[in-house]
Amino acid sequence: MADLSCEFMGIKSINPFWLASAPPTDKAYNVVRAFKAGWGGVVWKTLGEDPAPINVSSRYGVHYGQNRQVLGFNNIELISDRPLQLNLDEIMEVKKDWPDRVIIVSLMVPCEEQAWKNILPRVEATGADGIELNFGCPHGMSERGMGSAVGQVPKYIEMVTRWCKLYTRLPVMVKLTPNITDICQPAQAALQGGADAVSLINTINSITSVNLDTLSIEPSVDGKGTHGGYCGSAVKPIALSMVSEIARHDATAKLSISGIGGISNWRDAAEFITLGAGTVQVCTAAMLYGFKIIDDLCDGLSDWMDKKGYQSIKDFHRAALPNTTDWQHLNMNYVRIAHINQENCIQCGRCFAACEDTAHQAIAMTEQDGVRKFSVKADECVGCNLCQITCPEPDAIVMQDIDQGKPHLSWIHHPSNPFAKPATD
Amino acid sequence: MDMSQAILSNRLADNEIADNFTDIAPPLTNKQVLVASERCLFCYDAPCIKACPTAIDIPLFIRKISTDNAHGAAKEILSANILGGSCARVCPTETLCEQACVRNTCEAAPVNISGLQRYAVDNLDPGRGYPFNRAPATGKSVAVVGAGPASLACAHRLARDGHQVVIYEASSKCGGLNEYGIAQYKLVDDYAQQEVEFVLKIGGITIQYDTALGRDISLPELQQAHDAVFIGIGLSNNNALNIPGEDHPQVQQAVHYIKALRQSDNLAELPVARRIVVIGGGMTAIDIAVQSKKLGAEQVSLVYRRDRKAMGASAHEQALALSQGVELLFNAQPETIISDDKGLSAITFQRTACDENGKLLSTGQTFSIACDRVFKAIGQHLDKTPLTALSNQAQPPRLDNDGRIVVDEKFQTSINGVFAGGDCIKGKDLVVEAVNHGNRAALAIDQLLKKNRLRKR
Repeated sequence: MADLSCEFMGIKSINPFWLASAPPTDKAYNVVRAFKAGWGGVVWKTLGEDPAPINVSSRYGVHYGQNRQVLGFNNIELISDRPLQLNLDEIMEVKKDWPDRVIIVSLMVPCEEQAWKNILPRVEATGADGIELNFGCPHGMSERGMGSAVGQVPKYIEMVTRWCKLYTRLPVMVKLTPNITDICQPAQAALQGGADAVSLINTINSITSVNLDTLSIEPSVDGKGTHGGYCGSAVKPIALSMVSEIARHDATAKLSISGIGGISNWRDAAEFITLGAGTVQVCTAAMLYGFKIIDDLCDGLSDWMDKKGYQSIKDFHRAALPNTTDWQHLNMNYVRIAHINQENCIQCGRCFAACEDTAHQAIAMTEQDGVRKFSVKADECVGCNLCQITCPEPDAIVMQDIDQGKPHLSWIHHPSNPFAKPATD
Repeated sequence: MDMSQAILSNRLADNEIADNFTDIAPPLTNKQVLVASERCLFCYDAPCIKACPTAIDIPLFIRKISTDNAHGAAKEILSANILGGSCARVCPTETLCEQACVRNTCEAAPVNISGLQRYAVDNLDPGRGYPFNRAPATGKSVAVVGAGPASLACAHRLARDGHQVVIYEASSKCGGLNEYGIAQYKLVDDYAQQEVEFVLKIGGITIQYDTALGRDISLPELQQAHDAVFIGIGLSNNNALNIPGEDHPQVQQAVHYIKALRQSDNLAELPVARRIVVIGGGMTAIDIAVQSKKLGAEQVSLVYRRDRKAMGASAHEQALALSQGVELLFNAQPETIISDDKGLSAITFQRTACDENGKLLSTGQTFSIACDRVFKAIGQHLDKTPLTALSNQAQPPRLDNDGRIVVDEKFQTSINGVFAGGDCIKGKDLVVEAVNHGNRAALAIDQLLKKNRLRKR
């Protein structure tokens, strides 16, 4: 049985699954339920200065797939709307009762040194394991010069991180906003400020929908709406990419990373860990299904590790990173084409419509004795994957490697590249 | 009340009857619609479209449903099949669109196309005006004989094309088999009349009720008074068993009983036999058997002369009959109906077998079933006399070996300008196929009339 325990920023955790700073970690009641369910840790919902902010009514929006499947989710909630001391007292009590569970306290106070100097000792006194700087919230607090308003300016990140390292001995994790152009710049600033880790991604600026009857923005507050923070499984690909960018670039590679963004199951978690995350944080999936999903997260990950022969999280941490590269290094001599397994094909023709209308006209439709047959025109197929993606049947279309007997050739060395470097370079 | 009486009304309480004759496939709930529509894969050149005689663009209307555009979905359906509402209720979809659905392959369950089609048509928004417009008047007029599905579809198309249509209907109601022949629980709430009303709303269609071809008006008269004629008179003669004892009053045609049932204001008052034998293997046989059970008959045996696979009624229909407690017997041919002064007592059968060519053979073995009434549901044939009646010089349109009217690919009979469709021509005798005949005949008539108009100029 694989060992799911891990160490992150020097903090030991029974498993890599933490609940992200958000409504599920708003108060002791929820956090205790999470720990009972088996979560390894929580990042307590962001504390700020008193008086605590006031939230509006109607707070969450949704991007549905067909049949009400939640693809994406957004919120316009602010940081904790409970008094600071109440939160601190609860943190202290929960930590005392659950010493083997991690409690990281998320913080957001104004960009003034004194503000941080004031709050940090009070947080430290709770016995919490570390702090997370909320430089990510894209709504509400950013209008008051906090949250993503800080996270979008690398020099502010560096400055505040430095203050924190100065005024607390707790490990400092910086939560990054994805609402920027290059994620490595804020990560680098955090590193320069002395951060022990970064966590990402925070939520993405979003409007989930417009009510076509009232023309109000959802979530609607008295007929008006504002952009909220987007999360849920729809953002996972964006988060994966940003995590990998930080993990694979030399300037930021030594930062520990807590991966966040659409992690809904053990597979998502494993993917984040292979791309550099040391722990993962979950929010939306828990909000949609409750804390019980931790059972599958742990069991699924452990089972996969057993199958792959990984004894600990370390064994596959960053394991996929060597396979991330720049486009220019990809092998242009590699060829894969689609193959349709006739025995699994249900003759819906979706692959044909997709390829014929929008891709490479590489699928042939023939009919014999009233039965349609779809097959790949090997000479026309460019291996784009569209047919496989479109196919409703999991095992009907497979992409097959075609051995060209040619060596690796990247664009850097490609004869069609006017700036090609000699092959020996 | 003595339930052992051979023939009796009120075998069941009113509320039991009401329950038994409610919608057999109730409308889908909004949530069921969501789940069902999500299963449609939006196939390319979809097999379900090809399997529909009226080629309704099923994936497209389902997509419209799934995007909360039920009104658009209804228009999509009705533009291909103006009787899309009744087809959603009465089509044997398990042998048509739903049989072709690719979801059967790996999931053994098709998309619920009939349920979704019904949802769409039921949700046509009446507040948005009639969904079809008439083309400018052509000044041409077409006689449509009969007011069943084929005729209604034909009349609607022609009216849309700007022609004037006169429907000559022998009875006092439109709808044909939808009104008189379909099992009650498939078309509840007087749906056939609701649909007729919707069809006629296009305008340009007048109806002469109680006007039968060959009784009140002749084919040559119609040809004289109109620019074209469409015949959709169905099959009004019922096949006979031609066995001893058949002339007993308790040996009845299933379609007659169903017609009375469909027109009844109080189903409980219908006289129901205690023990019933139904002869036949098609939809009508199932319909009379099931409805008899639903009216309270104690014992209903459906006897078919061939095996289960050869049965005209689909597996779905057979399962319905079995679920209602109807006994299905195969490979038995009726020989004699036995009665005494109290009424019917039994019907005897000879067991049959099939040779390799499908030819029916006698085995010499016999058995009998005690019964109080026999329903014959062994098919209908065309009554050709109206085609020539009231006219001494009229040549009837050519008939095929089965005695049905021969038509060409444009649904024109051997008489120029006289078209036909529905059950009176060769086909599968389905509402949806009749609609297809009516549609296509209307197209040909429209082309003919427009060509004639150009020629006259």
